[in-house]
Amino acid sequence: MSAALQNLVNQPYRHGFVTDIESDVAAKGLNEDTIRLISAKKNEPAWLLEFRLKAFRHWLTMTEPAWANVTHPPIDFQAISYYSAPRAKPKLGSMDEVDPELLRTFEKLGVPMHERAALAGVAVDVIFDSVSVATTYKQKLAEVGIIFGSISEAVQNHPDLVKKYLGTVVPTGDNFFAALNSAVFTDGSFCYIPKGVKCPMELSTYFRINTEETGQFERTLIIAEEGASVSYLEGCTAPKFDTNQLHAAVVELVALDNADIKYSTVQNWYAGDENGRGGIYNFVTKRGMCRGKNSRISWTQVETGSAITWKYPSCVLVGENSVGEFYSVAVTNHHQQADTGTKMVHIGRNTRSTIVSKGISAGRSSNSYRGLVKIMPTAAGARNYSQCDSMLVGDACSANTFPYIHVHNHGAVVEHEASTSKIGEDQLFYFAQRGIGAEEAVSMIINGFCKDVFRQLPMEFAVEATKLLGLKLEGSVG
Amino acid sequence: MIRPDSTTLLEVRDLFATVSGVEILKGVDLTVKRGEVHAIMGPNGSGKSTLAKVLAGHAAYQVTGGEVRFEGRDLLALPPEARARAGVFLAFQYPVEIPGVGNSQFLRLAYNTVQAERGRDELDPLEFDDLVRDRMQLLDMNAEFLDRSVNEGFSGGEKKRNEILQMALLEPKLAILDETDSGLDIDALRVVSKGVNRLAGDDNAIVLVTHYQRLLNYIVPDYVHVMSDGRIVKTGGKELAVELEARGYDWIGGETEAARTVS
Repeated sequence: MSAALQNLVNQPYRHGFVTDIESDVAAKGLNEDTIRLISAKKNEPAWLLEFRLKAFRHWLTMTEPAWANVTHPPIDFQAISYYSAPRAKPKLGSMDEVDPELLRTFEKLGVPMHERAALAGVAVDVIFDSVSVATTYKQKLAEVGIIFGSISEAVQNHPDLVKKYLGTVVPTGDNFFAALNSAVFTDGSFCYIPKGVKCPMELSTYFRINTEETGQFERTLIIAEEGASVSYLEGCTAPKFDTNQLHAAVVELVALDNADIKYSTVQNWYAGDENGRGGIYNFVTKRGMCRGKNSRISWTQVETGSAITWKYPSCVLVGENSVGEFYSVAVTNHHQQADTGTKMVHIGRNTRSTIVSKGISAGRSSNSYRGLVKIMPTAAGARNYSQCDSMLVGDACSANTFPYIHVHNHGAVVEHEASTSKIGEDQLFYFAQRGIGAEEAVSMIINGFCKDVFRQLPMEFAVEATKLLGLKLEGSVG
Repeated sequence: MIRPDSTTLLEVRDLFATVSGVEILKGVDLTVKRGEVHAIMGPNGSGKSTLAKVLAGHAAYQVTGGEVRFEGRDLLALPPEARARAGVFLAFQYPVEIPGVGNSQFLRLAYNTVQAERGRDELDPLEFDDLVRDRMQLLDMNAEFLDRSVNEGFSGGEKKRNEILQMALLEPKLAILDETDSGLDIDALRVVSKGVNRLAGDDNAIVLVTHYQRLLNYIVPDYVHVMSDGRIVKTGGKELAVELEARGYDWIGGETEAARTVS
């Protein structure tokens, strides 16, 4: 069977093309001048340059974390270009001014940039290498007071809001990659939902790394004021290169009283070839703070790409009765390595968190869940439920679970369940004996395994995720 | 039922097979016609279950010689799913559990796959629900079966009933029941047997692989074959099973040894 299993996971990557577009690329290397250059290019206020420099100076004193269950050659941070933008950047009053080559790129990727052609009800901010190139439905959102667009624009148009919240959830010195991001971030999405507003459509950001040897360091900031709610989607792809590219993003979410933020990711960065050459290093810090009472932040992620994934979308539950959720499917194949999970930090009373993690490993990949549940002394009545399941496809892959549970309040209830299963020859034979071929069988088993997570995704995304998993594992079973 | 005008469904000729390099089947011959019920008996390790799995196409078994014709087609040339679609059904001795996959979803996919192969209409979930509930009554099955994952947490008896339910849905031409009686109490055995008997008809055939005569009180075979050391060494009518129950298997080995010596 292994031959068949192998085939099923060995689906070629479909987004691996490079767009031939003239780009403005900064020289490789990183020093204070690089940072000043980025800041100047973006015409930033002095406080933001200070923010960057402070982060950079802190970063210089830090060392790369070594605790994750991943291995890679040392990253030469001087061999990366920290800024790349499509040249002749249009002033985007309307989509028609976007470079047609860019439009074609995103059309190929299935990302709707034309509002008239767009999926009804999804507003998209598109990030190409280091800059945001387009945002749809901006006007319509503005009518209800929602600010949605690139963070660079927000810095220009709403500096007070950005200054008030930037770095409050993920401080500049939080960790090695967050510090690097704080120093050199080039663009990202910004979203502000005012008091009492339920965002009328899904908001989404689409990330694309195009230029070789550039890093992508985007910064996303989402703020939901009292009683506001928003559902946000993130998608990403990159061309195939033999070299590795670094993606070190920071996402910060802030939920005030009774606010609700749902953040969904379908991550499909290039994962490298079947021999483990090339692919994205995805070292990302995502954290949400439930600052207000009864607030809720929910992370849903479907991680299928990247050579290495190092990512722990987390919730800091400060407000009383606030709720944190983490639903994750991580699929690894070939030589991919994933060390992913979450942190739930309970500070407020009666805070609750749910963790559902599904890891699927195939090929020679390694897939680890790493999660922290921390109940602080102040968190009386806190509850956590964690469920971590792993599924192995074939014999050469591995799955690990590293749960960390720190409870400092006796009234707290913490539950953890874990399981490991394997798609076996006997299961596939059982399906076959009922007339069902291996591919359909694997897709059914995997979808069954992941259904608790998939049902958290918005409809269009759930369909996409199901398809993506099918493609990803196609040919891995026979 | 044996009928003189019946046509041949399955023809096994001089079949050899190995698993992990060990030869288990050593020249099996078997002819099954439509409408017939065959029982294959024999001691542990004689190759009964191997024969069932080889016919269904389990990848762990290598055919090293002989041929198998099903309705005149070369069965061994087909992958297991094509054999199933062609009408070969195996009720497993140990049905596997498939967590996360709903029983009703699984049953419907299997049903529709076979329907499509036969050029018949596929059923939508609502239509299928009516059909499956009707079939479940036949087997005294509780409706909550449908909402559970395939075989997950089922008792031994429930798993066996689920196998026969699948047989009832797929309406195979050839049903091979691999030790379906093992692990069943007498009531369950009665229910399962009733289900199997309802499905037996003039156009299809049933091959029962069993260790004990007990099952044959409920499903009466037209032929009883005894396997020993990878071959069918004796064939008789239903009375053979009674004799086996009384005398055990040892005398058969001696008789065939003697026969060989004489010839």
